Formats: sequence, C-alpha cells, structure tokens
Amino acid sequence: MSSTEIQGFVFAALALLVAGALPYFGSDYVLSLGISIAMFTVLATSWALFSGPTHYISLATAAFFGLGTYTTGLGFESLPIWSLIILAGVLGAVLAALVGLATLRLSGVYFVIFTLGLAELIRQVITWGQNMTGQKGLYVLTDLTEAHLYQMLVALAALVFLVGWLIGRSRLGFALRIIGDDETVAAHSGINTAQAKVLLFMVSGAVAAMTGAILAPRYIYIEPSLAFTPLLSFQVVIMALLGGVHRLWGPIVGVIPFTLILETISANFPNQVTLFIGIVFLVIVYFIPRGFAGLIETVRNWSAWREARS
Amino acid sequence: MNQAVLSLRGVTKRFGGLVAVNAIDFDVRQGQVLGLIGPNGSGKSTTLNLISGALAPTSGEIGLRGVSIGGLRADKIAKRGVSRTFQLVRLLPGMNVEQNIIAGAVFGHRRRWGAAAKAEAARLAERVGLAGKGHMAIDQLTYIDSKRVELARALAPDPKVLLLDEWLAGLNPTELQVGIELIQSLREEGRTIILVEHVMDAIRSLCDYCVVMSSGTKIAEGTPAEVLSDPEVVRAYLGDEDA
Repeated sequence: MSSTEIQGFVFAALALLVAGALPYFGSDYVLSLGISIAMFTVLATSWALFSGPTHYISLATAAFFGLGTYTTGLGFESLPIWSLIILAGVLGAVLAALVGLATLRLSGVYFVIFTLGLAELIRQVITWGQNMTGQKGLYVLTDLTEAHLYQMLVALAALVFLVGWLIGRSRLGFALRIIGDDETVAAHSGINTAQAKVLLFMVSGAVAAMTGAILAPRYIYIEPSLAFTPLLSFQVVIMALLGGVHRLWGPIVGVIPFTLILETISANFPNQVTLFIGIVFLVIVYFIPRGFAGLIETVRNWSAWREARS
Repeated sequence: MNQAVLSLRGVTKRFGGLVAVNAIDFDVRQGQVLGLIGPNGSGKSTTLNLISGALAPTSGEIGLRGVSIGGLRADKIAKRGVSRTFQLVRLLPGMNVEQNIIAGAVFGHRRRWGAAAKAEAARLAERVGLAGKGHMAIDQLTYIDSKRVELARALAPDPKVLLLDEWLAGLNPTELQVGIELIQSLREEGRTIILVEHVMDAIRSLCDYCVVMSSGTKIAEGTPAEVLSDPEVVRAYLGDEDA
C-alpha cells in the first residue's frame, strides 16, 4: 500500500469515528441533519460508483430506495431490522440486474428515461395494490431511535467506501473506466461490457435499497408518493455531480454543503427548494463540470505548478 | 507451419438490400501478412468488422484455428485471440499512455494484472517506439504516437491474429517509413497480420499475399506483384481505359 493510501485510510478512519460519535455530542437538530447527510452520502457515493465511470445517468435511486422502505414497512413486525436491511439489499440487486439486463444494452438517453420511468412504474403498481386492498399507507412503528438509524447509515457509508475502494483497484473497476471512455474499445479488448455494467448497477441498487430499509422507521408512516419520490433521484444525481464523480471521495464533498444549504432554504423559504436545485444544476453544467473534487484538484495542481516555478 | 490460423468461407454481410460483403473466402496462415485491398467502399473494413465481431455476418463461416468464431460477441472473439486497431484511431482519453496499453493486457487473449501488466506495457511501449512516454496524456501525443499506442494496446493480449485497419493512413512520408519498418519488425517476429491498406509501398514491401475486393466481392488474390498487375484489379482501381 502506498503512503497516500495509508494517509487516506487514517483520515477515513478518523472521519468515521467523529461521524459515528455525533449522537453523543450533537443536539437533536444536528443529529437530524447528520441523518440527511449520511443518507445522501451513501446514495450519492453508490450512485457514482456506477454512473461515474460509465457516464450512464441513472434516475432509479428512488425505485431502489422505495423498494427498501417497503421491505422494512412490510416486514418489521416479523423480522429483525438487520435481516430486513440485508433482504432489501438482495431485492435491490435483483431489481437492478433485471433493469440492467433490459436496458444497459441501450445507449445513454434511453437508459435515463427508463430508470426515471421505473420508479414511477413501481410507485403506480403499489398505489394500485393499495387501492385494491383499501389500504392507504404503512405504519412503521419501531423502537429504533434516530441515533440508531444514524449509526446504521454511517456503518453503511463505511461499507460503501470500502467496496468502492476495492472496486477501484480491481479489474472490474478498470473495465468500467475503459467502458466509460470507449465502449467499442472495451469490447474489442475482451471486456464483457454488459456484464460489467450490470454488476456495478447491482451494487448501486443494493445500497440504495438498504438505505431505504434503514430509513423507513424514521418516516413512521410510508406511502408510495413519499417512498418513491422522483425528487430523491434528482437530488442524488445533482449532489454527486456537484461533488465530482471521478473520485470516490467526490460525492461527499457535494453532499455536505448541498444538504446544509437545502436544509436552510427549506426551513426559511420552503417554496424555493426546486429553484435552488435548478440553480445548482446550472452551476455544475456551466462552471464546474468536474465538481468540487475537480476544482480542488485544479487548485492543487496550480499551486504545485507555482511552487515548481518559484 | 502451413495451417490456416484464420479462414473465411462464404462470408456475407447484408445491410438491408445492400450486400457489403459477398461470399468472401480466404485463409491466413501462421506468420503470414495478408493485405486486404481494394477501392473505397469495397467492403474491406466491413470484412475486418466481421472478423473482430463488431458486426455479425449474415451468412458464412469464420474459423480461428478451426473453431468457428463468426457471429460471436466482440469480447469473446478478443479473448480467443483476435486483436485490432481502428480506421479512426480510438484511444481512451481519460487515461495515460501506459494505462491505454494496459487496457489491452488485462481482459483479452492473454491476461495479466498488476505488476505483470505494467511490465508488459513498458515492454510494448518500447517495442513500438514509445519508450519514456508512458505517463503522457493522450491529447499530448503526435499522430503517429497515438497510432503507436493503439498498436501496443492491440499487441498487449499477444493475439493469434492482428487486424490493422489502415494503420498507415494519414502518416507523412517520414512517419510512413517508420511505420512500415515497425510493421515489418512485427512480421519478422512471426505475427499473423491482416492489413487493410491503401498505401501501395506498404502493400508491396509488407504483404506476403493479397486479397483484392471490389463492391463486396473478391476479384483477385495472390502475391502483391501478381494482383497489382491483374487487369481486373487495375480496372477496379482506375476504371475502364475507355471510360
């Protein structure tokens, strides 16, 4: 392992410790902010694992997330939460595999539209099911506290970073980068492109479903329009792009400021939330296409260049 | 060593009503450099695409050492030992020269990873004339160097057959000499190569055997001297004398 990798590990371990200890020193408000940040860190980082190298924009986060919340919502009375989280991960991976096999052969735009439609489709199916049975939503009443949920999310985040780091070093990660650069070259170099993409999409889908499973108790009452809200998919994409998807640590650099500002805006100007998201999107497209991570690297290279000259 | 490495039998590709490749037969033997030549639009590149799996043949058989590969996916054909370069150079812009070459070494016919892949990439970089340029970005390369990267990537899996699609096109006269010598050295190494080429000097000096195509059909085959003096070949390239 190189010295920068060891540095990275030490830094990550410290950050994890501090983040994990938040419930012991933060107020309820800080904890609730912490949950949002942890949730979006997990979602945006796992989203970027797939979409970063391949440049396939997935808007299916809400589909997987909703699948996870419903897994907990339907099963919390009979099964322990940890098993529901694992079950949600498996279901998310299976759904991702089905979607992937059906759509990843298609080129970018069709994939985007399909993933957006998928969340809507599942939402409509569940709404229809509820109308048939006369049920409205599900109550998820557990004795899990916010601190429990938060710490589960932090643990999941740690897992995502570990998996992301391992993938980045693996042949699969290298294959994905080649696919992202030129899919024809990838195929002619011996890479089974469909398989590589589906595998990564499964990781991403499983994590989003697990996040949903963890967070279901927080909502207390879940219904399709909440669990499958398309806004979630867009938020995840924008936060990941804002941070930068070409680095494993990129999305978190976008998630933290975005969540804090979003929280402030929705507290003070609740009607301007969508406007804010739109503005951030324009800023990314026009000014920081490589996100904060790209910006940080540019500044770093520039100062290294200045030092070399002086 | 006269066994055919690659053989095409009645290979045909139709795009709707257009027959781009019409019942082509030929064999490539071990260590042979075969020139696939003909005027623009005669189906040479399509033939390469059928061999490499970029396209699936409508009918006919393509055999690699007696095993049928026609219609397989490109990645499977690459794994069995067919490598190629592209008519318009295709490199991986997000990676440096070394990583571009490694990309060919990890998943193909002969697979290496980690230090072994790095060492092989360094050896190939030197082999094609890119020594010391491993850390350069793709957009810093001269045209011939970008072609060298692509060649090194195609050589990295140690292919049984190497397909070069107009690898020499677009080089200036000095570079062309360098390029011809490079392919000559691959030939001396014993590589089996199919060249799609327009540069006549290259065809004369490099090819053991030529297959000439016109409008999707094979119109002649033989040594370069034979086919280039064949009246039908001359007509295909230049048109009828009294036209």
